Amino acid sequence: MRLDFKHIQAAHCENGVTMSLLKNIGVQQITEPLAFGIGAGLFFVYIPLLKINNGPVIAFRTLPGLIFKRTCKALGIPVVRKKFRSKEAAETFLNECLAAGHPVGCQVGVYYLPYFPKEYRFHFNAHNLIVYGTEDGNYMVSDPVMENTSTLTAYELERVRFAKGALAPNGQLYYPKENQIVTNDQVKKGIISGIEKNVFNMISPFTGPIVGVNGIRFTGKRIKKWRDSLGLKQAGLYLAQLVRMQEEIGTGGGGFRYIYGAFLQETHAYIPNDELLEISQTFTASGDLWRTAAIQAAGIYKGRIGSQEDFNVMGDYLLEIAEIEKKAFTALKNIKWR
Amino acid sequence: MKKEDVPQDLGALGKITKEVCYATDESGKYTTQLSAGWDVKITALDTAWQDVEERIAAAKQKVLNKEASPILFFMEKGLMDIKILAGYTGFWQWQVKRHLKPEVFNKLSEKKLQKYAEVFNVSVPNLQTMTINEA
Repeated sequence: MRLDFKHIQAAHCENGVTMSLLKNIGVQQITEPLAFGIGAGLFFVYIPLLKINNGPVIAFRTLPGLIFKRTCKALGIPVVRKKFRSKEAAETFLNECLAAGHPVGCQVGVYYLPYFPKEYRFHFNAHNLIVYGTEDGNYMVSDPVMENTSTLTAYELERVRFAKGALAPNGQLYYPKENQIVTNDQVKKGIISGIEKNVFNMISPFTGPIVGVNGIRFTGKRIKKWRDSLGLKQAGLYLAQLVRMQEEIGTGGGGFRYIYGAFLQETHAYIPNDELLEISQTFTASGDLWRTAAIQAAGIYKGRIGSQEDFNVMGDYLLEIAEIEKKAFTALKNIKWR
Repeated sequence: MKKEDVPQDLGALGKITKEVCYATDESGKYTTQLSAGWDVKITALDTAWQDVEERIAAAKQKVLNKEASPILFFMEKGLMDIKILAGYTGFWQWQVKRHLKPEVFNKLSEKKLQKYAEVFNVSVPNLQTMTINEA
């Protein structure tokens, strides 16, 4: 059984799942940048002391699951979301959803995901894909970051749905409850609430020193100390981790800053305020600077450079980025919407 | 980033799928462009894997020195930490920690060994002797 569903490749898995599931229920307007922006996906956090895969915890986007949740909420679309203890119940429920005609979003771990390149298969549990049918006991899978669709056996799917470790998916699945038409006015409201939420997350004084623009500045200052506090080798590993979080599959480049720039450009069709186009350019500039910083970082972890001055340059890039993004979000904050 | 500047350096991912990047066209309008990869992040991934290889080698040495049980070696080999391994085996984290000691490991029941062997996808004798058959 194969549901009527169109695979669309996206930069990021959760944006892609959100976009494809919403398009599938009749939300014509939705695009990846809109899903990302309405879901207030742009973020920054660096949590010192905590480690994943023996590297620092750095994120350029909001917590997994939030983009789908916020976007659906903003557009007034009811959502079904379920986690499971039992693998059998998880599979039965999935089959029931498919039988009822719903393509379903699933949270999975990538370590056992067979179609992923081996080099990418770490224990990362916040990946998302869509199951849209069955065929000879196998499941048809639309993974938004892949160019083409894939097939998983029942066992392979069960294994990735019940991956273990941090953010274990516990078989979690989700889908929009029913078909729905969304008006342009609703999209406009969603855009405004998404931007307001993102402004809060990035520049509110209440989010503390390690989050948002403050977090970028904090990380820049920390990086300058990494050479002494961690040693050249470990510092290189940390910078490599930063670059991977910033550029690896799913970010669209420049730590999601380009997707956000695209989002602001698209909003102009709903809110004809030219300031949005200007601010979009500021995010492009920020994304470009993130990538320049990544090249500097690569020089360090490749061992081509590594003096304290090189770390200072790296740290200063982040301080500069913090200023640019502070300006951009302040400008967004000051826009009069009505 | 301009559309024509989207890097096309073939990496591990590019061999399987190209990825979507967002970039601007001549008129400054955002569009998507597929990328085969970028040298900067290919080397970032290489750096992470080098570290993994070093951790595996260090774990192996520890096991040979009788400072740790073979579970440490297989855990590092599987890119796991104690929390993940506890999740897959169903043991508590404190139990896994104990099983990392050679003297505790040597007295483990067949049943418990079997659990680890399944998670690491090796036979029990291979688990005990730290043997991997590259398949």
